[in-house]
Amino acid sequence: MSANNPPPKNDSAWRGLSVARLQRAVRLGIRSLWLHRLRSLLTVLGIVFGVCSVIAMLAIGEGASYEAQEQIKSLGSQNIILHSVKPPDEQKVSNQGSQSRVLQYGVTYSDVQRITATIPGVTVMLPARIIRDYVWNISHRVDCEIAGTVPWYPTMRNHRVASGRFFTEQDMAGQKSVCVLGAEMVPMLFPMQSPLGKQVRVGGDYYQVIGVMEARGHDAKTDDATESKDKSAAYRMFIPLETAKLRYGEVLMRRRAGSFEAERVQLHELTVKVASLDQVTIVAGAVKAVMERNHKKKDYQIDVPLEMLRRAERTKQIFNIVLGSIAAISLLVGGIGIMNIMLASVTERTREIGIRRALGARRRDIIIQFLVETVMLSGIGGILGVMLGVTIPLIVSHTAGMKTIITIWSPLLAFGISALVGVIFGIYPAVRAAKMDPVEALRHE
Amino acid sequence: MPEPIVQFNNVRKSYQMGMFTVEALRGVTFDITEGDYISIMGSSGCGKSTLLNLLGCLDRPTTGHYLLGGEDVSGMDDDSLSAVRGARLGFIFQSYNLIQQLSVVENIEIPLYYQDRPEAESRERAIKLAKRVGLAERLDHKPFELSGGQQQRVAIARALVNDPLVILADEPTGNLDSASGVEILKVFDELHAQGKTLIIVTHDPTVGRRARRTIRLRDGHIESDIRHP
Ligand SMILES: Nc1ncnc2c1ncn2[C@@H]1O[C@H](COP(=O)(O)OP(=O)(O)OP(=O)(O)O)[C@@H](O)[C@H]1O
Ligand SMILES: [Mg+2]
Repeated sequence: MSANNPPPKNDSAWRGLSVARLQRAVRLGIRSLWLHRLRSLLTVLGIVFGVCSVIAMLAIGEGASYEAQEQIKSLGSQNIILHSVKPPDEQKVSNQGSQSRVLQYGVTYSDVQRITATIPGVTVMLPARIIRDYVWNISHRVDCEIAGTVPWYPTMRNHRVASGRFFTEQDMAGQKSVCVLGAEMVPMLFPMQSPLGKQVRVGGDYYQVIGVMEARGHDAKTDDATESKDKSAAYRMFIPLETAKLRYGEVLMRRRAGSFEAERVQLHELTVKVASLDQVTIVAGAVKAVMERNHKKKDYQIDVPLEMLRRAERTKQIFNIVLGSIAAISLLVGGIGIMNIMLASVTERTREIGIRRALGARRRDIIIQFLVETVMLSGIGGILGVMLGVTIPLIVSHTAGMKTIITIWSPLLAFGISALVGVIFGIYPAVRAAKMDPVEALRHE
Repeated sequence: MPEPIVQFNNVRKSYQMGMFTVEALRGVTFDITEGDYISIMGSSGCGKSTLLNLLGCLDRPTTGHYLLGGEDVSGMDDDSLSAVRGARLGFIFQSYNLIQQLSVVENIEIPLYYQDRPEAESRERAIKLAKRVGLAERLDHKPFELSGGQQQRVAIARALVNDPLVILADEPTGNLDSASGVEILKVFDELHAQGKTLIIVTHDPTVGRRARRTIRLRDGHIESDIRHP
């Protein structure tokens, strides 16, 4: 008689986790999930949306902050930029007491001297005068900012020349009538031909085009992000500073509501380059102090790209924290959904659990069976969520023209968390199933 | 006289119901030798199912000792009891207790599954047993596609698949019409003829009389223990 096989020794706690057993548990799990297809699908959706929203939001946020940071970086992180600003009380103050008033404000040449003289660590200064006017090529016209500046503008502002050349010291010294066009205005002025060597007209003066700058992304106005919300700031033409002085002097006339208004502004923009990155904040403070001492009115504005960059990074951090919380909450909700379904499933299958226990299943066999199911639910949810979450940013950048960046770790993280949610929220129902008394379970209807 | 495979030694089982204690078994002592065919009878509530649960290692005695195959199982932990059930016991229930989403063969295989037997070997053995109980045509059917008698035959095949020391049946014919019941009893007779040890709980005197020995319970005591000629 063969009825004498000894009971197997359970010497190892991991005996129940052999690969073959796990494979069978997975197959069994798939079958029981398939048996309740609709229910499984609905349960999975919670995880799908959680994972997908994490990836999509991260990609969009990452893209947006990347663009902002690139724009700030293009201003030059070692630079401090001063702008002349019309003081807020300009309307009431009359300089000369007559009907034609000349308003005097802004950054001056003596500011340049004071800054170079008193602040160590400042290497290069980049002054600029900016005049608003129409630029003409025969009948083509562009409302444009004409910037009179120095030959080292391209290197200091990280803004390269795309074709031709920038003007030189000689052009500057000779007060030559040469100009370099911003890339954005070229198609409007010269729709058919290359502008190099051609002439453009501003008022009564002609300038020869010697170069064209590189385009600055699709949002050119953020070149001077804080300066002006005016669309026309997108179009800039560069001429030598000395030429600008010669042509325009220091007093600008502006017709306003029938009367003339004159403004005397020496420099509209002044870029100060600092020798090293870690001195930027200190030098910025010193510049601020110098300016405050010499300007009674607040007729200037100081922008520090490095500080803007830091602010942008901090904003991004906060954004990530908010995003992380939203993600955590949505995955938590998904997890609760899974737990709810698994608890229902355990109750529904009490009899089955009793049968399996009577036929030799240990507690951990039952735990594994239910845990495999939850992990599969959340795993499938995770995979679908990753696929959807990777697709949505692609669609968004395609249709809305927004830049999106999918970092490698975001799908991995989202998937990992969803699997973890499966384990955490699966444990309780599984343990509850395993704890059931076999006799009670067999009696269950 | 061969060594008994089941030894019950003054086994008691009581259930705590709040302030009351229900004494389901009040000191039961008996032996069973290999190859015996036993029916356990008695009125409702006398403790038959309780006794069978103890015999089946689904529950532990409150006091007393139970030796199965010479090994004391009365103090074993849950995992060891599971192992004993899987390896040495076969169960047949009144309501068949098949798993609905599994096929006939898969249901028969379950005890082997939990003993980590190779899949191919288990499958082969399950098919052999399904054929033996007359279900060769139904291997891939689901339980709900079978009649009660056929389902109970699947359960019998499942109880045999691990080659158990003892086969335990609680009212195996209780849910069946008399014709199917007779079929099942024929299968039991065959098993007895092959030398299997069978313990059957029943209300039905005709079932009880087919066994070689009848233990009659009353109020948690053994009232009589008679051997049929
Ligand atoms: N889990 C339990 N908790 C409390 N009391 C129980 C429990 N199980 C059984 N009992 C009690 O133990 C006694 C014996 O019950 P048992 O189920 O063994 O009777 P039985 O002989 O199988 O009856 P039946 O023929 O009706 O199935 C009964 O009085 C019952 O109420
Ligand atoms: Mg009973």
